[in-house]
Order: sequence, then C-alpha cells, then structure tokens
Amino acid sequence: MDAVVRFRAAVCLLGRFPALAGVDLDVAPGEIVLLQGPNGAGKTTLLRACAGLVKVVDGDAEVLGVDLRADPRPVRPLVGLLGHATGLYDDLTVAENVRFWTRAGGAEEADARAAMGRLGLDGRLASVPVARLSAGQRRRTALAIVVARRPRLWLLDEPHAALDADGRDLVDALMADAVAAGATVLFASHELDRAEAVAHRSVLVAGGTATATPPVVPVG
Amino acid sequence: MAEGAVGSVLRDARLVAGKDLRLEWRTRVTVSQLLPFALLVLVLFAFALDPDRRILGEATPGLFWLAVLFSTLLAIQRAFAVETVDGVVDALRLSGLDPAGVFLGKAAGIALHLLVVEVALGVGVTVMYGTSPSGPLLLVATALAATAGLAAAGALYGVLAAGLRVRDTLLPILWLPVVAPLLIGATQAFAAAYEQASGSGWRWCGLLAAFASLYAAIGIFAFEPLLEES
Amino acid sequence: MTSPTSGPSAGLFAVHPDGTASHGSRVLGSVVLASTALFLVLALVSSPPDTGGADAMGELVRIMYVHVPVANACYLAFFVTAFASGMYLWKRTEGWDCLAAASAEVGVVFTALTLATGSIWGHTTWGTWWEWDPRLTSTALMFVMYLGYLALRRAIIDPVSRAKQAAILGLISFVNVPIVHYSVEWWRSLHQQPTLTRADPTIDGLKLFTLLFGIVLGVLVYAWLMLHRFRMQWAEAQVEAKGLDVALAERRAEARADGGLGGSLDAGGVRS
Repeated sequence: MDAVVRFRAAVCLLGRFPALAGVDLDVAPGEIVLLQGPNGAGKTTLLRACAGLVKVVDGDAEVLGVDLRADPRPVRPLVGLLGHATGLYDDLTVAENVRFWTRAGGAEEADARAAMGRLGLDGRLASVPVARLSAGQRRRTALAIVVARRPRLWLLDEPHAALDADGRDLVDALMADAVAAGATVLFASHELDRAEAVAHRSVLVAGGTATATPPVVPVG
Repeated sequence: MAEGAVGSVLRDARLVAGKDLRLEWRTRVTVSQLLPFALLVLVLFAFALDPDRRILGEATPGLFWLAVLFSTLLAIQRAFAVETVDGVVDALRLSGLDPAGVFLGKAAGIALHLLVVEVALGVGVTVMYGTSPSGPLLLVATALAATAGLAAAGALYGVLAAGLRVRDTLLPILWLPVVAPLLIGATQAFAAAYEQASGSGWRWCGLLAAFASLYAAIGIFAFEPLLEES
Repeated sequence: MTSPTSGPSAGLFAVHPDGTASHGSRVLGSVVLASTALFLVLALVSSPPDTGGADAMGELVRIMYVHVPVANACYLAFFVTAFASGMYLWKRTEGWDCLAAASAEVGVVFTALTLATGSIWGHTTWGTWWEWDPRLTSTALMFVMYLGYLALRRAIIDPVSRAKQAAILGLISFVNVPIVHYSVEWWRSLHQQPTLTRADPTIDGLKLFTLLFGIVLGVLVYAWLMLHRFRMQWAEAQVEAKGLDVALAERRAEARADGGLGGSLDAGGVRS
C-alpha cells in the first residue's frame, strides 16, 4: 500500500527561517507515529506541512498522494489538524462551532452530534460560549471537530496537553479507534511515557531534521 | 460540473454569512456600537457645519454617504477581526470551504450590517437635517448597488489588511481611494432623487452597479491567494 | 537559482561592486543630462509664450512643459508596476517583484511632482492653489493609493508573501486608476469649471515639438531612475537569499548539537 506520508530532504521556511532543514519521514497507512524532540525542533512545522499549511520549498513531500511542493491545497480536506490554537469562534457556543466547522468540511450534522457526544460535550456544555470554557474544554471542542470530519490522516500537536486524566485516556482511545477505522495518526508530544505506550513507533525531530526509520507493521 | 462548483460556492457563502449573522446576534456589535457611531457622525457633521438646516439639508446626500463610508470601515475591521484570532484563519484554510464562497459570505455579512446602518441613517437625516426623502425607487436601488460595491471592495481589502499588525491604519488608506467613486456616484444619485431630477441619477446608479459587479468578480478570484498569505 | 551579478552575461542585473551604476546607465545618464540641457533651452528660451485666445497665459505656459511630461511618466510608472505585478503572479521570479516595487517608488515621486507642478500651474491661472480640477483630484487619490501600496510592502517581512500580496494590490490599484479618473471627471463636468487641459488650445510648431521632447525626456528620466532603483531592489533581494544558505547550515548544526539528548533510540523506537 502507498505510504501516507513520504518526505525526503524536505525544507520549509517560516519567513526566512528554515524551520525544516531536510526532513526524511515515512508513515505507512494505519500507523500511529509519535514525533518527539526538543522545543523549537520543528515538530509543529512538520505537522502543519503535512496539513498543507506551510509550503515545502525544497526536497520531496507527498501526503496521501498529494505532491506538497506542487500545490498543497488538495491535501487539506483529507487531513484533520489539532494545533496549538483552537480555531474556534469565541462568541459562538460549542455546538455552533462544531456544527459550523463540520458542515464547512462537508460532513453531516449527525457527525457533529456524534463527535460532541464522544467528547462529552453534548450536555450542558453544548450551549456554552467558547470564551467561557477552560483550556481543556476548548481543546475537547477542537478535537470534536477533528473527529467529526473523519480525516484519513490525523495530525495532533501535543494532544494530551491541557487535558485532564480522563481527557488523555479519551485521546488515546480516539487514536486507536481512528486507526481501527482505517486512518493514520501522526502526533507530537512531550508526554513520552503515555505517548510511547500508544504509538507504534517514534521519530526524533531535532534542528529541523528528522531521520527516517523503516515503518513497523502495526501489531493487533 | 460548473453547476456543482457554483452550488458549492453559494453553499459555503451561505454558511459563512450565517455564521457572521449568528456572531452578530450573540454579540450585538452592529446594534450597540456601529449604529450609535453612525448617528454620532451625523451629529458631528452638524457641529462642524452651521446647524442652520438649509446647509445640512443641501448637503444631506453627501453627509449620509460619508457617514456610511466611515461606518463601513468599522464593519470591515470587525468582520475580519473575528477571523484573525485563535488560529481561525488556519481553520478557514483547512476547512474545505471554497475561498470564493468565504469572500461572498463575508461580503454579504458586511452588506447586511451596512443596510441596517443605512436605514438608521436615513431616519437620522430625515429627522435631524429636516430633509424629506423622495424618489424612493432610485434611493433604494442606489443604496443596494452602493452597499454591494462597498461590501465587495471591503471584503477584498479587508482580507489583505487582516493579517498585518498595522491593519487598522493601513485599511483606510487602501480602501477609501478605491470607494471614492462610490461616494461620488451615490451622492449624485441621492441628490438627483431628492431633487426629483432622476434622469442622471439612474446613470450614476448604473455606475455603482458596474463597480459592484467588478469588485465581486475581482474578489472571487483574488480572495484565495490573499487568504493564503494572511 | 540566481542570475550572475557581474561579468558580461549579467546585463540588466549587473551591479558594480561600488554601486548600481554600469556602462549602460552612465551612457543613458549622459544622454539624459544633455537632453535636459537642450530641453531647458527650448522650454525657457526658444519656445514662444502663449499668445492665442482669451485664456492666454504668456510666459506661464512654460510650466506645462514640466507638468505634462511628469504626469505622463507617473502613469507610465504605475502601468509598469501593474504589468510587472501580473508577470510576477505568472512567472513567480523575484526580478518582476523588484521591478514592480522600483516602479511604484519612482511613480510616487513623479506623482508628487505632478501634483506640485499642477498646483503651481493652477495658481498662475486661477490665483488659488487648488481648484478641484478633475485630473489633479484623481491624481491626488492615485497618490494616496500608491502610498498605500508602498506601506503594504513595508508591512510584510516575508519576501515571497510580500511579493504575492503586493502584486495583487498593484494590479487592482491600476484597475482603479481609470475608474477614479472617469468618475471624478464626470463629477466635475456637472459644474463648468476650468480645467488645466483646456487652458492652452494653440499648441503647434515649436511648442508642440518642445512638449513632445519633454515627454520623451520624462520617459528617459524615469528609465534612468528605474535602472538604479531596480538594481538596488535586486541587490537587496540577493542579500536575503544568500542568508538562507547560512540559516540552513546553522539549523542543521542544532540537530547535531542536540544529538546527545533523550537517550538513544533504535529503529523500532524502543528506548534503551
């Protein structure tokens, strides 16, 4: 089967700064891959590049069959990115946000409701404006949007951060369910104990580079 | 094939405009801030000019549209301020929404807010400047055409300025020269309507409609690259 | 990726190590200087004062010899900016962006001169510094528009993003120029105000030759200024590009420096 992510010596610039200075990465379908590395290593940029948000200016980069150097835009509807910023409208309620972003992605309202239920947002919280939520609750809302869109590639930037213990277990369960349903997960984390337990393998990102490790066929 | 593309653009435009209207419903920024601002501008004009009603009455069309123009600046800034926080602009790019649809939706939202302001200003000038409206068909047609042009140019320049730190001072000098022809045309059309000399008024109205169409077309194509760079 | 900046193949992009001059620009500069001297003689001395018609301005017609070429050059400059903007969006090579930027800067200078000379001309004709003459009014709006273009360029740091957004603005701004021009013209035609363009109907013979000579000279001055300004922009862009290779090397060095962190990982991702 074709690789979901295939980067060879990929270079990404943020302004004039080379955030990625030559990344090699392979991710096979159905894998859960952990990106680890020090702060400023380029993990966030790598995830955003896979989402088609950052232009790859040198090397080869292919995600889900889309050549990111030619035109990264076609990859965007196929991926789900959970970034550091929430991407939510503060003055709208949780339900209104999830519904808007789900419908924007072409999914149905039923998907939105199901996702909110999965993330524990369908009770009292559904009609609370996002501005009044805690950081963890906002993260859950953003995660609900990713879940509702059912992307083929999940890109999660420190998904465990800001969540309580229940939330973190939920994230692990969601990642496992996604892979069971045929998706692939690439996530960055500093919580190495929990992350390495759920990931099939990990990749070290440092100084804008990542070295390729051969994909391991997932067990179970 | 083209049918589906147009359909999805309109669907996305409806989604975005609906979201903006829902935001307005929650925050009531137009009602509680934009309307008072517009009426305040009318009062300030009276302070600046001799409140002798004759002068204000003669200048009503121009003062009305000047007040609309300044209110539009605020409306544009508000429309894009909500999109540039918390990573929302990234979410917009990832969302799968057609950028042309986002453009039309934002422009429609701005236009609807403007129409509310214009109704209030219409009442304001009638009461405060003592003019009585006439030629209603021309007035309404002009207002619709000018509003469409203001909103289309506003959405285009709004997204250009949105991603910059200096957006609040850059937007006025970029956008105001562009819509100066609208100020001229709408004022002349309104003046013609008030004087019941509608002939030339309809020609100005035609200019406004052409301007609105041009900027709608430019916005449909230029919004996507500008959104990418925001 | 970048053109050579010296030697016989460098051509337009040639940058002398001590500045932006080159053999070609020095030749052009000499031609411009000589032509300017000749032009001044023609305009100030040889060409007859305006004697025809009720609007005769006498000696004061000579301001037209400066105003018209300068106005012409500023429209040319903004046309070049729009053209270069379009070419940049098509080809995505930085040379076109440098051309657009340089032309806009020179154009803004010429626009300011147009407004100044037009205002002086108006003062000599009507006694006031500003009479809302349609062409001057639309020129004033154009001045603000392109000041906005330059402000936009200053506000964006990333060179590729700046080039793209400025290119779109450059194109749209030029589309606005005729719209503004015609609506202001139409607006002022409602009131029969005197306009500068109707001030001198009797241009012929030596006066016509002087005017045309002035217009051509204006274009040459524009070209000379552009040559230098473009090379300056190009040189700045090259400096930025060179910085990238250094930055890449430094970034990769970070990786080697961090290599000892976090223990070792074998291919299976198992911590040892």
